Amino acid sequence: MGRLIVDNLRFRDRGPYSFAIAGGECLGLQGESGAGKTLLLRAIVDLDPHQGSLRLDDLECDRMPAPQWRKKVSMLPAESCWWLDVVAEHFHDFSAVSQEHLALLGFGPEVGGWQVSRLSTGEKQRLAILRMLENRPRALLLDEPTASLDQANSQGVENLLCEYGRANNAPLLWVSHDPKQLDRVADRCLYMRADGSLEPCGGK
Amino acid sequence: MGVKPLSAFDLSLAAGLVLALALCSWRLRLGLEKRMAISALRTTVQLLLIGQVLRVLFAHASFPFVFLISMVMLMVAGREVGARQHRRIKGFSGWLLGTGSMFVSSFAVAFFALAVVIANDPWYTPQYAIPLLGMLLGNTMNGIALSMDRLTESLWQQRQTVEQRLLLGQTSLEAIHELRQQAMRSGMIPIINSMAAAGLVSLPGMMTGQILGGSSPMDAVKYQILIMFLICAGTGFGVVTAITLTSRKLFDDRQRLRLDVLQKR
Repeated sequence: MGRLIVDNLRFRDRGPYSFAIAGGECLGLQGESGAGKTLLLRAIVDLDPHQGSLRLDDLECDRMPAPQWRKKVSMLPAESCWWLDVVAEHFHDFSAVSQEHLALLGFGPEVGGWQVSRLSTGEKQRLAILRMLENRPRALLLDEPTASLDQANSQGVENLLCEYGRANNAPLLWVSHDPKQLDRVADRCLYMRADGSLEPCGGK
Repeated sequence: MGVKPLSAFDLSLAAGLVLALALCSWRLRLGLEKRMAISALRTTVQLLLIGQVLRVLFAHASFPFVFLISMVMLMVAGREVGARQHRRIKGFSGWLLGTGSMFVSSFAVAFFALAVVIANDPWYTPQYAIPLLGMLLGNTMNGIALSMDRLTESLWQQRQTVEQRLLLGQTSLEAIHELRQQAMRSGMIPIINSMAAAGLVSLPGMMTGQILGGSSPMDAVKYQILIMFLICAGTGFGVVTAITLTSRKLFDDRQRLRLDVLQKR
């Protein structure tokens, strides 16, 4: 249950990519910057034009409206954007965000009232994770989720995301430049070469 | 009472003023004298030509002829809308967007005014139809160009935010809701402002012309009020149409932001 299946995915001059991530599994993805890891994530979340098929179990991406797919298969971009003044305005219902999740990322419930303009990059990133999880996604595509965080906060984010994957039987695709992090979180790993091709590498 | 005719000598007196300014520009090294000369020449030639066209047109008030002239006006305005945009939609569809919105709004409003409000016989009497359409097109052109430019430019600058909103599962319309509103506002505000200032700050050009031509001030004023309302409606509906069509064009069928449809000038 909950398998994310990427089948013959092609975009621009990249691909074909074929792999599957089981429910609750975390697949790590490393590679040089500029190799196209973010492009792969964008294609899977259907933000860039592509060929080939994307499935979540028996749900086909092309068979449902794109916004619905993006709520089920959510991507966390490396840099989060905020367009309204106050944090809580970016959530459907901030009061419903789990206290446990907030605490795990080092926030109290009062963070909902904070001004976005006063958030640090790291705070934005951690809040963006909570904002993404509010959609209850069934698969997560994470583009360097801890790049802007210190070690303590990285630990919190790793715990939260791995726990979410296990509890919801959700597949995770985790892009990171830190092999040690992937050793901790990923069940297996892929390496993207400069030409965009994938090869297996370590993992825990 | 007709207007007092101007002779070529009268006009050359006024041209002397421009010549004096050009001399001044040369002395001050503004480098504008060449452009000034060319523009002054263009204004003379273009207006004399259009005078001839209108003379013929008024003599033969046939519908196909009026239609042909109005189409030429539309094409030129459409080209101008494209030329005024920093980033415009590539190819024929980009041209069609601006021109189509102008056609829908200006022509519908002009037809309504001519056939229902003024109700001449025939309704396309060129003395009314051509100046009316000219004023409508000129103003809708400004509004549409301004609003489309605003939309594409703000989308270009905020593409990351728009894509973030798409990633959170918003539809394309939700993701650019505020940008669309701002773009529509920026296209409509100039005409709203000029309605508010009309008569206090400026005497609108058409009214001035009519009074110079010997109409009574009250007649001229009533026509000016009519024109203001028409321009406001024409611009407003044109802007709404243009922004609706443009924002559809900027996303594909899978609600992806497709800024590759834009080209920079």
